[in-house]
Amino acid sequence: MTIASSSPPSRLPVGGAEGARTTPRTRAAKAREGGGDGRLAAVFLAPALLGFLVFLLWPTLRGIYLSFTRFNLLTPAQWVGLDNYDRMVHDPIFWDSLRVTVVYVVINIGVQTVSALAIAVLLQRLTQSAVLRGIVLTPYLMSNVVAGIVWLWVLDTQLGIGNEIIAGLGFDRIPFLNDETWAIPTIALINVWRHVGYTALLLFAGLQAIPNDMYEAAKVDGASEWRMFWRITLPLLRPVLAVVLIMTVIGSFQVFDTVAVATNGGPANATNVLQFYIYGSAFGRFQFGYASAMSVALLVVLSAITVLQYRITRAGQTDLG
Amino acid sequence: MAAVTAPPTRTSPVSVRPLRRRPSVGRVAAWVVMAAIVLVTLLPFYWILRTALSSNTALAAHPGDPLPVDFTTGGFERALGLQSTKEAIAQGGAAGGLKFWRYLINSVVVSTLITVCQIFCSAMAAYAFARLRWRGRDKVFGLFLAGLMVPTIFTLLPNFVLIKQLGLIDNLLGIALPTMFMTPFAVFFLRQFFMNVPREVEEAALLDGAGKVRIFFRVMLPMASTPILTLGVLTYITSWNDYFWPLMVSYSDSSRVLTVALAIFRAQTPQTGYDWSGLMAATLIAALPMLLLFGVFARRIVSTISFTGVK
Repeated sequence: MTIASSSPPSRLPVGGAEGARTTPRTRAAKAREGGGDGRLAAVFLAPALLGFLVFLLWPTLRGIYLSFTRFNLLTPAQWVGLDNYDRMVHDPIFWDSLRVTVVYVVINIGVQTVSALAIAVLLQRLTQSAVLRGIVLTPYLMSNVVAGIVWLWVLDTQLGIGNEIIAGLGFDRIPFLNDETWAIPTIALINVWRHVGYTALLLFAGLQAIPNDMYEAAKVDGASEWRMFWRITLPLLRPVLAVVLIMTVIGSFQVFDTVAVATNGGPANATNVLQFYIYGSAFGRFQFGYASAMSVALLVVLSAITVLQYRITRAGQTDLG
Repeated sequence: MAAVTAPPTRTSPVSVRPLRRRPSVGRVAAWVVMAAIVLVTLLPFYWILRTALSSNTALAAHPGDPLPVDFTTGGFERALGLQSTKEAIAQGGAAGGLKFWRYLINSVVVSTLITVCQIFCSAMAAYAFARLRWRGRDKVFGLFLAGLMVPTIFTLLPNFVLIKQLGLIDNLLGIALPTMFMTPFAVFFLRQFFMNVPREVEEAALLDGAGKVRIFFRVMLPMASTPILTLGVLTYITSWNDYFWPLMVSYSDSSRVLTVALAIFRAQTPQTGYDWSGLMAATLIAALPMLLLFGVFARRIVSTISFTGVK
């Protein structure tokens, strides 16, 4: 599983092998090591630590602080206590956007996980072709903006090839992105298209770790591919699957770009996902405090999922044996 | 049961092959599914090209035609801002084209700045976490790891306020700054690699009288070239494709990157009849650099991801 073996240390100044093992230099080296590298570590760590403190830790704390204020960027933040949270709890649009986001996440994760698993297993059991692996990864190279625009065109009601095919088969044209029922599933599937190859590759990495002789042995016993999938692949892949799942859940809760490009929150707030509503509150209406409060809510939701998922993962590992 | 006594697998050295070579119904079905997946993956790319090379006015008459309709490069000319306003409007486009080269340079500058700095700083930090001994190391690393859980939206608003206070709004540096020094993931990923380098390698270099700084630059960094390359390309793609943050920070052409420009171009095209060929041309132009970059490094990246599970 490590990548260390892939690049042999060819450029090493290999001179230490000449029986110099017992010279005092070794002891000196050891002493140096044992003494700690505090100062050097500080130098090496400084830039990353600066970035961490200034652009990650501090903003997190500041975001929490801002959620208790009224702040519009122009005048100093004004402490208002729990007002923003009170407003949030009574804001039907907030709850609606939370609902829309959850619907999005469920569809996105459900379809993506099943398809990624199918692709990964096909890549593993059918062919190990690197070309095919490269092909399934190509949509991942597109930005969400590009993916959004492309699918806007493919699914266009009048001119899109998708609807041409649907009409050609004798069905009614579907206004995928202009219909309140279809819009969120469509956005979810567009993002599946973009991300499924990457997720499949991560799962493929997990599959590679399953020893091939387990399949060999099962085959000798006359097990079918289907049975091997349920009895060998799935149980052994479960820890990897759980980790991949938590990462994709966290990622998909933060959907924004595709919505911004493809539907702009419409029709009738049908795709007004939480992140989009937060953005609108901050930059459309300059309610930074309120936007921060909603961000805190999102942070709480994500942390809860992470903790929950962590527990499930641990449970999954113990019964693996 | 009989399997215990018979070691027949010896006779087939092809056991590396995932499945029996004998074509079965299941195998054929599996290939059909695989072909469908490839089709769904790639077809949109062809459709972009086909539309980009079509005449916008003629598209409406032949929406399902598999070949470009009334072949023209007008879409690309509009996207690149090479057409006059009159021409563009006549062909169903918007008046303002993309200042393509400006946005391309902006994207390159931002992505390069982020990738080079982030990976270098993260590699140094990763080395300090993996190979140097100092008090509180694990605690600080734990704090870094916790940073992985903070959703991006959470830091974006306060970071915007900070960048504004620093006077870096509408500035390329303002776009790059928040991710320029580190991401928890980059540090975590490279630390993982440095941890796996055998002790002997370091000891041999120490014996030669090399200091830790020298070891980092002359031994560790060259050894890590493959994971660094993979991480580098992934970081480049991520920062190139980023939309949300650049959208917040840039207001004018001087700092506009391709993704933002593309979204604006899309918003400009007439709502009544989209300039689809212009849009698709612009889309292709925005995506092409990443496709080329990936094309060059595809093999190494694909195998690094599929063997390590980079995320």
